[in-house]
Amino acid sequence: MSDALRPSSARSSKRPYAKLSSRLFTLCCAACTLMCLVTLALLLWNIFAFGWKRLDWQFLTSFPSRFPEKSGVLSALVGSLYLIGLTALFAIPIGVGTAVYLEEYAPPNRWRSLIQTNIANLAGVPSIVYGILGLGLFVRGLGFQSLALNRSVMAGALTLTLVVLPIIILTAQEALRAVPSTIRQASYALGATRWQTVRRQLLPAAMPGVLTGVILALSRALGEAAPLVAIGAATYVRFLPTNVLRDDFAAMPLQIYSWTGREQLEFHKAAAAAIIVLLTVLIFMNALAVYLRYRFGQRIRW
Amino acid sequence: MAAASPLVPAYTDVASSVAKRRWGEGLIHALLLTCAAVSIVTTVGIVLVLLTQSIPFFKEVSLVDFLTGTTWAPLFESHSFGIMPLVCGTALVAGGAALVAIPLGLGAAIFLSEFASPLVRDMIKPLLEILAGIPSVVYGYVAVVFVSPIVRSVFPSAELFNALNGCIVVGIMILPMIVSLSEDVLRSVPRSLREGAFALGAHKLDVTVGVVVPAALSGIVASFLLAIARAIGETMAVSLAVGSTPRLTLNPLVSVQTMTAYIVEVSQGDLPAGSLEHRTIFAVGLTLFVMTLLLNVFAQWILSRMREKYE
Repeated sequence: MSDALRPSSARSSKRPYAKLSSRLFTLCCAACTLMCLVTLALLLWNIFAFGWKRLDWQFLTSFPSRFPEKSGVLSALVGSLYLIGLTALFAIPIGVGTAVYLEEYAPPNRWRSLIQTNIANLAGVPSIVYGILGLGLFVRGLGFQSLALNRSVMAGALTLTLVVLPIIILTAQEALRAVPSTIRQASYALGATRWQTVRRQLLPAAMPGVLTGVILALSRALGEAAPLVAIGAATYVRFLPTNVLRDDFAAMPLQIYSWTGREQLEFHKAAAAAIIVLLTVLIFMNALAVYLRYRFGQRIRW
Repeated sequence: MAAASPLVPAYTDVASSVAKRRWGEGLIHALLLTCAAVSIVTTVGIVLVLLTQSIPFFKEVSLVDFLTGTTWAPLFESHSFGIMPLVCGTALVAGGAALVAIPLGLGAAIFLSEFASPLVRDMIKPLLEILAGIPSVVYGYVAVVFVSPIVRSVFPSAELFNALNGCIVVGIMILPMIVSLSEDVLRSVPRSLREGAFALGAHKLDVTVGVVVPAALSGIVASFLLAIARAIGETMAVSLAVGSTPRLTLNPLVSVQTMTAYIVEVSQGDLPAGSLEHRTIFAVGLTLFVMTLLLNVFAQWILSRMREKYE
C-alpha cells in the first residue's frame, strides 16, 4: 500500500524500471492464461489424435467385449441417456422448486439461512460421498428389502440427482434474483397471487438462467463416475436396461474408466474414442445452453 | 430477496388473504417447502449413513488407532486400520495439485480481471468453462496415457503409477475453478481503490500487486481453499493416476493411495456388505466428509466476510 501511495515524481526517479517491470508482469500474467489454453488444446488434440481412427458406426452400435477391437459403447451410451433423463426428471422440479421457495416464499429468517448455508455446503461435498449415501439410502433401501433398488438405473439416477441439485438450485436462485423487483410489485399490484406471480412473470423471465443451470447440472451428471462406482454399478454390461427399477446399467464415464484401467493399448484407444463421444455430447449440450440463453434472452427486455 | 424488500407485500398480510381465495396457493407453498426440505434431508442422510455404518466399525477399531495408525492394510490377514497413509496420500496429491494450479490460476485471474480487454475476456472465459466441464474420468485417462510416460522419461526412477501424475492432472482440473473464483473476487474490489492509486501516480504493477491483490487477498485465499477441498474429494482421475499402494511418504514419484481411491477400490471388489473390511469405506468416507466440510465452511466464512466489507 505505502509503495503505491508515494508521489509519482519521487518514485519514477528512484525506480527507472517501473514501466518495464509493469510490462513484464503483464506478460507473465498473460503467459499464465496462455498456458491454461495451451493445456486445453493439447489435451483435446491428444485425445482426438489417439481415438479418432477407432470411432466408427460399429463402435457406437456394439456392446463391450473381451476383444478390444470388437468393443463398443452401445450399452454405456444408452445407460447414460437413461441416467440423464431420469436425473432431469427428478432434479429439475425439486431444484427449481427449492430456488423459488428460497427466493420468493421463505421469510428471511433462520430457517431460510439454514437451508441456504446447507446448500452451499452440499455443493462442496465430494461426489463419492454422495455415492456412499446412495449406497445406504437407495441401493440398500436403509436396510428394508422392499425399498432397496439394488444397482438399478433408478438408484443411479437418484444418487446423481442429489449430486447435481445444489448446482440447479444456486443457478436458478441467481436467475430469479436478477428479475427486477418492479416486475413483482406490478404483478402484486394487479392482484396476482404469489404463485401466479411466480409462474406467469418470474419463471418465464428467469428461464434463460434456469435453463443454463439445468444444462450445466446435466453435463455434470453425464460425466460423473465416482458416485456410480460407489453404488456398485457394473462396468461390463452386454444388454440394454429394460426395467429401470431392476436392471444393471452401464454408463459412459464408467466404460471409459474400466477401459483406461486395462493394460492393452487397443483398450486405451477404445477409451479415447469413448471420450470423444462423451465430449461431443457435452459440447453439444453447452452449445444448446448458449443458444437457449440467446433465444429466450431476446424475447424479454425490461 | 423479495421477502426482504419493503415494497413487496409481507408474507402475512396480502399473500395470506389471497391464499384464502385460492386454496391451491397453500398447497403449492407446501410443495415448494418439501422441495427445499430435500436438501436438509440429504445432509441428514449423509451424516446418518456415515455414522450408523461407522459406529460398529469404531466399536472394533479404536478411534485413536484409526486416526494415528501408520499402516493401512485392511484387506490383509493381520488387519491394520491406521488411516494416516491414506490421509498422507490425499494431502500429497492435493498439495501438489495446489502447487501446480495456484501460480498459474492466480496469474490468469489477474490477467483476466486487470489487464485483458473485455473482448479477450469474453473469448477466454468460455474456453476455461470447457476446461472446467471436462469430466474427471477423462483426466484419469490423460494421466495414464499421456502424463505418466512424460513423467517417467523425466524421472526414470518414477513408478508407472505415481503421485506426481495425480498432482499434475488434478492441478489442471482445479485450475479453471481457481481462475474463475479469484477473478470474481478481484473484480469485486471497488474501482475507487484502483483509481485512488492511479491518481497518486502509481504504475499498473503497483496498483495490481500493491492495492488490488492485497484488498482481495482473503477472497483469493478462500478460492484456494475451495479448490483444495475439490482436489481432496477428487476421485476418478486420482484412482487411475496414483495407483493403489497406501504409503506414508512424501515422495511424489512412488505409487500412493488416496482416501477416495481406496473407497473406489473397495466398491469395485466383492467384500460382503456389513463385514468389518467393508465398513472401512464408511469410516474413510466420514473422514473425507469432515475434512472437506471444514475447508468449505472456513472458505465460505472468509468469502462472506469479504462480501460484507465491499457491499
